[in-house]
Amino acid sequence: MFKNRFRQYTWIDVLLVLAQAVVIVVIAVGLFNTFRTGAYSTAQWATLVFAGLAQGSIYALIALGYTLVYGILLMINFAHGEVYMAGAFSTVFLAHAFDRSGFLNNNPLVAILILMVFSAGISTGIALLLERIAYRPLRNAPRLIPLITAIGASFALQYTFRGLYGTQFRAYPSVTWLSQTWSIFGFTVPRVQPVVFISALALMFALYFYVERTKTGKAMRAVSEDKDVARLMGINIDRVIVSTFALGGALAGAAGIFNGLFRPAGVYYFMGFFPGIKAFTAAVLGGIGSIPGAMIGGLLLGLIESLGPNLILEGLGIPGANQLKDAIAFMILVMILIFRPQGIFGERLAEKKA
Amino acid sequence: MQEKTFNWRNAANYGLIGSVVMLYFSMIGMVEVFSTRDLIGDFLNMGHLLLFGGAIGVMLFAAKRISDHGGDFWLSTLIIGAVSPLLPILLVIMSLNFNMRPIFINVSPPLNELITLGLEPTAVGLVAFFFVTLILVALTAAFTRLPGRIRTPLTTTIVYMLSIGIFSELIIQVLNNPLIFRGFRLAGLFFTGKSLDLIPAVVLFVGFFGLFYWRGGREPKAAVEPKTRPHLDPRRRWIQLGLIVIGLAVAPWILGLFLSQALFEVGRFVLMGLGLNIVVGYAGLLDLGYVAFFAFGAYVMGVMTTETTLNMGGGVVNFWLALPIAVGISVVFGVLLGFPVLRLRGDYLAIVTLGFGEIIRLLALSDWLAPLVGGAQGILKIPNPVFFGIDFNSPQLMYYLMVIGALIVGFVSIRLRDSRLGRQWMAMREDEDVAEAMGINLVQTKLLAFAIGAGFSGLAGAIFAARLGTIFPHSFSLLISINALALIIVGGLGSIPGVIVGAIALVGLPELLREFTEYRLLMYGILLIVMMLIRPEGFLPAEVFQRELHAGEDQPEFSGAVAD
Repeated sequence: MFKNRFRQYTWIDVLLVLAQAVVIVVIAVGLFNTFRTGAYSTAQWATLVFAGLAQGSIYALIALGYTLVYGILLMINFAHGEVYMAGAFSTVFLAHAFDRSGFLNNNPLVAILILMVFSAGISTGIALLLERIAYRPLRNAPRLIPLITAIGASFALQYTFRGLYGTQFRAYPSVTWLSQTWSIFGFTVPRVQPVVFISALALMFALYFYVERTKTGKAMRAVSEDKDVARLMGINIDRVIVSTFALGGALAGAAGIFNGLFRPAGVYYFMGFFPGIKAFTAAVLGGIGSIPGAMIGGLLLGLIESLGPNLILEGLGIPGANQLKDAIAFMILVMILIFRPQGIFGERLAEKKA
Repeated sequence: MQEKTFNWRNAANYGLIGSVVMLYFSMIGMVEVFSTRDLIGDFLNMGHLLLFGGAIGVMLFAAKRISDHGGDFWLSTLIIGAVSPLLPILLVIMSLNFNMRPIFINVSPPLNELITLGLEPTAVGLVAFFFVTLILVALTAAFTRLPGRIRTPLTTTIVYMLSIGIFSELIIQVLNNPLIFRGFRLAGLFFTGKSLDLIPAVVLFVGFFGLFYWRGGREPKAAVEPKTRPHLDPRRRWIQLGLIVIGLAVAPWILGLFLSQALFEVGRFVLMGLGLNIVVGYAGLLDLGYVAFFAFGAYVMGVMTTETTLNMGGGVVNFWLALPIAVGISVVFGVLLGFPVLRLRGDYLAIVTLGFGEIIRLLALSDWLAPLVGGAQGILKIPNPVFFGIDFNSPQLMYYLMVIGALIVGFVSIRLRDSRLGRQWMAMREDEDVAEAMGINLVQTKLLAFAIGAGFSGLAGAIFAARLGTIFPHSFSLLISINALALIIVGGLGSIPGVIVGAIALVGLPELLREFTEYRLLMYGILLIVMMLIRPEGFLPAEVFQRELHAGEDQPEFSGAVAD
């Protein structure tokens, strides 16, 4: 009786299930140990949570770009991280100009809005350039080719901006108002974190509204369902694709500003690479092609990345756990794609036979 | 695309594109860096070439469009020639009035000097620049109008002259080599420093042109009958093979230390490329984490031949014993890493393998594994191999090791390609479901591909570790995977000569052209994009890909039997 039910599973499935179990056990052990030793106070966890949410919302904004493009073109826009970098890097000069003239600290809201628009503009420009030059001619090519092109474009953009602006790290000026703290639920939180989080949420909801309620949004959804039928319905595919890239680019540009405000580390030409991959992880985690998925995935990834080293890795006795923060993101990526490629909200798209 | 005639608006667009290209290369600083390499005398340097190349290139494209679609040729030439210099001129004017350096660090006086061709005052220089561009564009246009009889040898001559200019270092090295030329400092005849003197340059130009023109006149054009595949003639092949072997054997002694190291690098990437060629080219599994296996080979070699915690104070083994173990462990990890990705499709496979590669690099870098693998400092003082008493401590000798490795791997690749397993891979690459229906065990086939590819990479890594003496995580970044991938794609997927060509082009050339170093990855990126747009199957692809990737394009009329 049982034999029939299990006939479709091969020994590979068995091994994969075993691997899953091992991973879960390892995580559980780490968690258990951390709570048993109680190394961190609630306040410290709270700090990590807030920081994680802020970072996560940045990832979410970039992830939306990935998911939008994937939904329509079924391709991974490897160069999206560089689109993000372009806006962030180019706007730092304007930000410094604002800071020098005092505009930034006198009218932080207006100044930041202007910076966001500027950054979004540049990122959108780069995204459109990418689409026109590198992706449009290859729309019907086998999947490998646009991927290679995207990788090539990623490098080309990185080094172009390196050539343009130099190799120095440049930090965004800090905004006095944002460096102060608020007291939320009794925890002291630097203002910038909730501000970033709420602003990002606002943008995400704006996007959701746009895609669900406007005509262009409807066209985008139609094209992502079935390109050819959409064309038959009279939708201009080229224009929709351009709008998609533009939207993704704008969100990435905004994310660039948030990142600049939130992190003191500074911008430089390589800053887009890791956030790009992490944002892709977030998109996959939430379910690639799904907009709520990208949002949730981003926030989740931010939280896991923030809490993970202290929560799990230290419990396992791994020294220098914070170094492995990036590794956690990659591990999540790998595990999601292996064990649940459709992510949280997505459809099953990733599987082949073996 | 609409079949419109090429009107002035098109010409203006082309001119604008040319101008943007010139502006781009100027603003990112490439023109300036390239200008440090003089080509002829001290007035023509590579920076000039790059700068004007934009306008010239655009003109070449435009000429083709015009000849396809018709249009006023000379008017278009004039427009392109006039519009192209405009943006750089604008840049110079702006940079004189506003200090752009805080933002665009490469917009600087040296750049201005280049654009104004070194003339003072600036206005004169800019006007000169404008007219020089215009003249060059016009010359290019005229060039495309020349009869083939003159144009072909002229093109070849220009290519040769450019090559001499670019590879001058290599040529000087060979010409000055005491072994061949017995101390006659031949190079001094032609070169001063690294650039050609003017008179020898002119002489060479005329000489080459005369030579090619004469040769062009002798052989009949475009053979009417299909050739009977002379390259398969066994005697010719043996001669060719013999020449190659001799060439490889003596190369390090002719070329000197630095170039032997360059050849070592090329050999290493040929090894890696061949391995990746199996995974990507034959089996169709896009692996972006390939550097992980390279790292395994290198680290195993490092750990086993030096004293670290892992050998528990026990045996430090010598190179030759550690080598097969390093390869073996790479193979094991190839299977381990291949196993979870068995079910994944194209892009996802790529990203997961990329993830694996990065995870391994991060683990190697971490403090956690530092007692084993040395963390950020890596492993030091890996000894060189010793063979019958000869200590392999020079680039030349290690080069031999790498070449032999590459030859072995190449041989294995060829045999695999023609074997049953090779055909299984290719069937799987084309369509997995059909392959499975034909009875191919996908799991085995995929894992074998990963394993063998990993083994090759591990071999390269082990030899690399022994040569370098120290290894640290920085040498195992994603860039190396991308490098390897780029070179097999540019060289030609699925074909072994393609891998070699790719390695020489993407690894060998940058070693020779030191000016490139800062912009190497930019060139890679642009090259990848351009190749994918124009010739996605690479320079020397396996025939299958060429057919596949151009499947939609116009087929020639078949008038008779299909030639093989």
